[in-house]
Amino acid sequence: MTLAQPLPTQKDEAWRYADLKAVETIWQAVDAPEPIIVDAGQSAQQLLVLESGDARMRQLHVVLEEGARMDLACLAFAPAYGRIEIDIDVASGAHFEMGGAIVGSGEQTLEIVTRVNHHAPDATSHQTVRSVLAEKATGSFLGKITIARDAQRIDAEQSVKSMLLDRGATANAKPELEIYADDVKCAHGATVGELDKQALFYMASRGLDPQAAKRLMLHAFVAEAFVDVAADTDGVEEQALAALEALL
Amino acid sequence: MLKIENLHATVGDTEILKGLSLEIQAGEIHAIMGPNGAGKSTLAYALGGRPGYEVTAGSVSFNGTDLLDMDPHERAAAGMFLGFQYPVEIPGVSNLQFLRESLNSQRGERGEEALSGGEFIKLAKEKAALLKMDMDMLKRAVNVGFSGGEKKRNEMVQMGILDPTLAILDETDSGLDIDALRTVGSGINAIMRQPDKAVLLITHYQRLLDEVQPDYVHVLAGGRIVKTGGPELAQQLENEGYEAIAEAA
Ligand SMILES: Nc1ncnc2c1ncn2[C@@H]1O[C@H](COP(=O)(O)OP(=O)(O)O)[C@@H](O)[C@H]1O
Ligand SMILES: [Mg+2]
Repeated sequence: MTLAQPLPTQKDEAWRYADLKAVETIWQAVDAPEPIIVDAGQSAQQLLVLESGDARMRQLHVVLEEGARMDLACLAFAPAYGRIEIDIDVASGAHFEMGGAIVGSGEQTLEIVTRVNHHAPDATSHQTVRSVLAEKATGSFLGKITIARDAQRIDAEQSVKSMLLDRGATANAKPELEIYADDVKCAHGATVGELDKQALFYMASRGLDPQAAKRLMLHAFVAEAFVDVAADTDGVEEQALAALEALL
Repeated sequence: MLKIENLHATVGDTEILKGLSLEIQAGEIHAIMGPNGAGKSTLAYALGGRPGYEVTAGSVSFNGTDLLDMDPHERAAAGMFLGFQYPVEIPGVSNLQFLRESLNSQRGERGEEALSGGEFIKLAKEKAALLKMDMDMLKRAVNVGFSGGEKKRNEMVQMGILDPTLAILDETDSGLDIDALRTVGSGINAIMRQPDKAVLLITHYQRLLDEVQPDYVHVLAGGRIVKTGGPELAQQLENEGYEAIAEAA
């Protein structure tokens, strides 16, 4: 099944940072979102790593039934243009946990787009995204959280941090909250920074060469993305670290 | 071991060190005292090679080689240790991992073999015990959530593990209570008071010098050493204040 939908444009909020030329090359071949249903009371783990290529896009549609839990680790580092797009419907008592990492360099454009739909009360979602961007890469996270009128006592959290290694690199972090219930907790934080120069000098003063010092700091930074994901993320982390190695 | 001649250093566009000279031989402990803003930390950073602290004139030789020609990590591998006045926090990087990589990086630079995990842990335990620091603190991220005193103690544990020949300790005494000061003082003596090692203690209080007795005391004011004496000079500074002594000099 393919998408019989018109090509998105820059005016579409969810596509404003996309490389639309690259999108066009694959649009006809893109599958409909992969459905994943986690039955009531069940847990599921999912790993999603974009493959290399000129343009790669993966879309998931996750449905969490009552009391279900999904732990998702996703990573974008390989393709020239890459997009991970996830829709999540969260029922009562369910929890969505996501760790996402973007590692980009050259002229790569990589993005993670999530839409968490809290349509029922007493549920939680927690998303952690870490991006490391070098040279002229662009990394974007667009995270929309919708909390319906009847979905009281929701706790939805987003933590998004980006690290720019070069002047030409760009990080976009766009949280979007649509909250119709009044008794909710919705914490979101987004920061963009550079490697801490004081820490680099401190490490050098102990004998670490600049490359090793950077490596330690970047590893720690990216590893934060997966700390709360209750899944075996070793393989994903290893790929992320290997991608970082290329930036040192 | 260390020979500083006519050192001039600027921070931003301001000249802070204005012709500082100092010579330290192996086996000696030197103290540098001076008022706030005198340039003590600037001296430590210039010797450590911190970016932004530019040496504009003068020379520094360390065991016969040109120190200023080396990168910061090469200075460490050559045997220099810088104890920070404000130790830096490194989120997500454990002390043990940091120190093991640092030590092995130094050893690699010197053409020595890396320590194995077991050898390193044994060494770390020994030095932590010397400084009365809990091993659990060494498993935590570097300085993150440490109190001021714990950070200083951690600096000394690091010094013990890295085993330098020259330690430049910038106000290691500040932020320490009396007991911690004793522990740190005896740690410095145990690690550094040896015939082939030397220490440059930067402080503006007498109290650390009661624990670690210096052979020489220098007064730094206006970017230069304005007076040099024995341990009695520290006492005189304590009694009379810096101004009187800097002016008389
Ligand atoms: N990063 C900096 N930027 C600008 N001025 C600085 C910086 N570091 C130090 N200074 C200035 O240099 C002078 C010496 O500072 P410092 O070496 O820290 O003194 P001390 O350690 O003796 O208290 C002070 O006047 C201080 O304000
Ligand atoms: Mg100072």
